[in-house]
Amino acid sequence: MTESRRLDLVVVGGGPAGLAAAEAAARHGKQVLLIDQAPRLGGQIWRHRDGDPLPRVARDLMRAARPPRVSLALGASVVDAPTPDRLVVDFGGRVATVETTAVVLATGAMERFLPFPGWTLPGVVGVGALQALIKSGTPLAGARVVIAGTGPLIWPVAEAVVRAGGILELIAEQAGRSAVVGFGAALLTRPGLLGRAIGYRRATWRAPFRTGSWPLRAEGGGRLETVIMGGGGARESRIDADWLATAAGLIPRTDLGRLLGCRIEGDALAVDAAQATSVPGVWAAGECTGVSGDEGARIEGTIAGLAAIGITEWPAPLTRRRTRTRAFGVRLARTFAPRAELRDRVEDSTMVCRCEDVRAGALDPAWEFRQAKLWTRIGMGACQARVCGSACSFLYGWDANTVRPPLEQPQLGGWARAIMASPPRDGPPDSLVPPES
Amino acid sequence: MIDVVILVNGVPRRVTGDISLAAALWRLDQVTFRQDTSGAPRAPLCAMGVCYECRVTVDGVTGLRACLVQVREGLAVEVPHD
Repeated sequence: MTESRRLDLVVVGGGPAGLAAAEAAARHGKQVLLIDQAPRLGGQIWRHRDGDPLPRVARDLMRAARPPRVSLALGASVVDAPTPDRLVVDFGGRVATVETTAVVLATGAMERFLPFPGWTLPGVVGVGALQALIKSGTPLAGARVVIAGTGPLIWPVAEAVVRAGGILELIAEQAGRSAVVGFGAALLTRPGLLGRAIGYRRATWRAPFRTGSWPLRAEGGGRLETVIMGGGGARESRIDADWLATAAGLIPRTDLGRLLGCRIEGDALAVDAAQATSVPGVWAAGECTGVSGDEGARIEGTIAGLAAIGITEWPAPLTRRRTRTRAFGVRLARTFAPRAELRDRVEDSTMVCRCEDVRAGALDPAWEFRQAKLWTRIGMGACQARVCGSACSFLYGWDANTVRPPLEQPQLGGWARAIMASPPRDGPPDSLVPPES
Repeated sequence: MIDVVILVNGVPRRVTGDISLAAALWRLDQVTFRQDTSGAPRAPLCAMGVCYECRVTVDGVTGLRACLVQVREGLAVEVPHD
């Protein structure tokens, strides 16, 4: 791969959407570079080790999206984008600029983490996080596990725990029973998804399942020992556990899109019928445009990959299926929205910003996020407010969508050289502006 | 999968070779990846490169996310003592 040659397309993200986009463009003979932070393709949903079973569509896409048809940069991240056609990429320690005609953002989703007492203890992880840890080789045999999340994601994770030999003490869904039942009924029109759901419950039938239930606290010395569950006026229950997998659903990962100046709608990147964002030259597909599952991500990825190379006609069934998967996403978001009571768990001593060690008692809800940053350094640590930002939006209603280059933590000299070599931006990034005197 | 030997605070430890460094540390019962300013232990939260809670020093490079690093023969990781 050379940096000097202009590429036709750079796809950021190697999950279903990114793979589909890269494959669609490569099929038309275009020069495509696919970038992902992980050491392997597949994104979160198709995370795997050698020999792991994968859906056929995943294997096909991963086989199609590889050299020489598609150039791959794995273990790499886009750290800056002075203009949409110049991406500054950290290739695992070496920073270089990549020039491209078009960009497809397929940056996926992350979990929405909400603070509660004890959530910083080792052993308290996200729901998808536990699945990722299992898939990347963390042993679970004999470990006691509580899963306390929301939405369909908890079920494949529960199944993975059982398959890995873990002891599922409880599966808890924060949404209420009527919401879950209504959602189950809606699945009757989606036989494929219904079949998956039934399979997951059969695999995990020994574990108790509670709706309207969430963790109030986690306790332990040095690592998780006990989870205190509650909810809906029910009596608190104490469960001894080695792992608590908990999150309040998934949210789109939009930091690179926001850095590029793409318009946001709700919490997702806004796109038109051709998956184009508000910024010329930038398309987006999959969960960064709204969380709706892997089928929708693949469809959107295909459309985005074609549109980004100038092909604006695609098979009509794709549009119809996309309408359906997006409607499913809207239904998901409504059914499994985090309930207000999750805010009540936070005590003054509860850590809100895990990077800068800012506790809730140091924060005044009357502030804005920017004020809170100035007073407490909240959101100014290593994760760049990706964790506490969405938490503060939920807890205090703050608009915490601050993003500034560099994303991630590139080697600074390399980043500086790359942006010095770029034409000036419309305005310098905040971080390079000297304070007004 | 062949095993590899990694160095945890200088001590050689054998782990299976196709796993992430985060998984390897859990396997070795090393559950403290870093410490906060009060000395309290921290460990992976997101396991997908978002939260930076699993940052460790690898081969002298600080701040690398253990969830994004694959183990390899001779990798040297520094973590707080549990």
